[in-house]
Amino acid sequence: MTTLEIAALKVSIGGKEILRGVDLALEAGRVHGLAGESGSGKTMTGLAVLGLLPHGARVSGAVRLGGRDLLALPLKELNRVRGGEVAMVFQDPATSLHPMLTVGRQLTEHMRHHLGLGKAEARARAVELLGKVRIPGPAEAYGRYPHQFSGGMRQRIAIAIALACSPKVLIADEPTTALDVTVQAGVLRLLRGLCDELGLAVLLVTHDLGVMSAVADEVSVMRDGLVVESGPRGRVLREPEHPYTRSLLESLPDAEAR
Amino acid sequence: MSDIPGARRGRAGRVPPLVRFLVRRVLLAVLMAWGITLVTFVLTNLVPGDPVAANLGQRALGDPAIVAQWRAEHGLDKPLWQQYVIHLQGLVHGDLGTSQQSHRPVSQDLAEYVPATLELAGAAILVSLVLGVAFGVVAALRRDRVSDHVLRLLSLIGISVPTFWLALLAFYVFFYRLQLTPGSGRVDAALGGAVPGVTGLQTVDALLAGRWDVFTSAVGHLVTPALVLALYTIGLLTRFTRSAVLEVLGQDYVRAARAKGLPGRTILFTYVLRSALVPVITVAGLAFGSLLSGTVLVEAIFAWPGVGQYAYKSATTLDLPAVMGVGLVVGVVYLVINLIVDVLYGVIDPRVRLQ
Repeated sequence: MTTLEIAALKVSIGGKEILRGVDLALEAGRVHGLAGESGSGKTMTGLAVLGLLPHGARVSGAVRLGGRDLLALPLKELNRVRGGEVAMVFQDPATSLHPMLTVGRQLTEHMRHHLGLGKAEARARAVELLGKVRIPGPAEAYGRYPHQFSGGMRQRIAIAIALACSPKVLIADEPTTALDVTVQAGVLRLLRGLCDELGLAVLLVTHDLGVMSAVADEVSVMRDGLVVESGPRGRVLREPEHPYTRSLLESLPDAEAR
Repeated sequence: MSDIPGARRGRAGRVPPLVRFLVRRVLLAVLMAWGITLVTFVLTNLVPGDPVAANLGQRALGDPAIVAQWRAEHGLDKPLWQQYVIHLQGLVHGDLGTSQQSHRPVSQDLAEYVPATLELAGAAILVSLVLGVAFGVVAALRRDRVSDHVLRLLSLIGISVPTFWLALLAFYVFFYRLQLTPGSGRVDAALGGAVPGVTGLQTVDALLAGRWDVFTSAVGHLVTPALVLALYTIGLLTRFTRSAVLEVLGQDYVRAARAKGLPGRTILFTYVLRSALVPVITVAGLAFGSLLSGTVLVEAIFAWPGVGQYAYKSATTLDLPAVMGVGLVVGVVYLVINLIVDVLYGVIDPRVRLQ
């Protein structure tokens, strides 16, 4: 069942076409990997869904969620969707968490706003979430600041923040790129597990085909603002139809071993 | 420092990090206050010029007996280090020596003049913080629109216009031509001394005494010199706030806050302003130091009976105890401003206080 559908999405910034008609469908409980090299438009696709494109961007097409077009929503209603129904995890948790606010504050603020929870309820749920993303000592972690955690822990916290209001869709923009290789696998396993457990529709934006092959159910490959190939992971990564996908696969350092 | 981040903090029975941070800063400030006494004392005594000549006049200077007696009276016959020890001992007991001009204790003179300057400078600081930050935020949020351009032009003017010229102009236009504002002094002459001086701040004393007429008169006298004094810092803070807010608006965590669907005002006040205020506070601390020196000119033009006028008078007559007293007060005010800035860093940014 399609949860979120992106149709004929076009974005241009300053007269330059960044996206030239992107179609994607995200399904509940499935991880949809979006691959492509830098500048192919995959991050912009993720940002466009929540209307977070840079100032001056022009958008056309549709992003459908539960019978609404997110691109046409007024800001007030869009703000209800943001964080509430569609949440986002960014590339670098060192910069996407506010350095001067406690983890607890950043975890509960939108919960209280969207769900109307009281302080104590929000706190209890926040501690539960921190436990769920496997932060050791969740109750103490609640009162700490982001700089007191390692990169991998910070990204887990960012994931907990994204999940706080039980969204249906999670957009993860290069969630492991800024992390040490040793902790990448843990964060990916966590994402995969949450997707299965909560029935999340996940859009996993990554340039790393290794990451892709580890967790994605579906894979779409982007180039120059267009999706050039889309399909189940096994087929796309093993028998790519498009020459660009093939060249991406061949550029992997351990391509011979595959 | 422990290897585990945060392992040293916040356990039961431990001193909270913010308190530890505060204690450290205050101790440092006390040490620096002592340094200030040393510097003001040495500098004052290095100044060329003979206080005897300045105070007794040429004729008395010819009589060695009078000169020796005067020097003994003011402790100037002792070696310099002994003079400093005596000076320090006095300071500890709140004794700043006796002014050679007014023949009153310097502390008494300062108690009269310092509050007037604090009121003027304090009002200017308050106005420039409120207006400077507000203008800066508006300019940043309305970037490249008309209001942004207007505010940037005004802030440029504020920074470029010399204070003494602005003070003369304001006095001429608002008092002499338009007769909108009262002229010189702190209150209307008829109301002078109408309220008991509790704090020394005319506006506060008037409120404490419940004298509305005195309060409005005091505020009326305060507005023009305070605005004149504040204009430079308003311009400066507008520019710095604008650029700081613009920089923070481009940060990932602001985009992340938007992605959480938080209302715009929460994002502005919690996410943007908190970070943007760090550089603004730094600049504000420096600017308020220079604002103090601006009071000398503004006080002279608006006949404001403040410490600037007293300093000028003492310096020209080589009234050394008075000069040292003023130096000490100004130094301590700088120190307090810096202390406040440091403490604000610690309050705003956990990375500073948890170091």
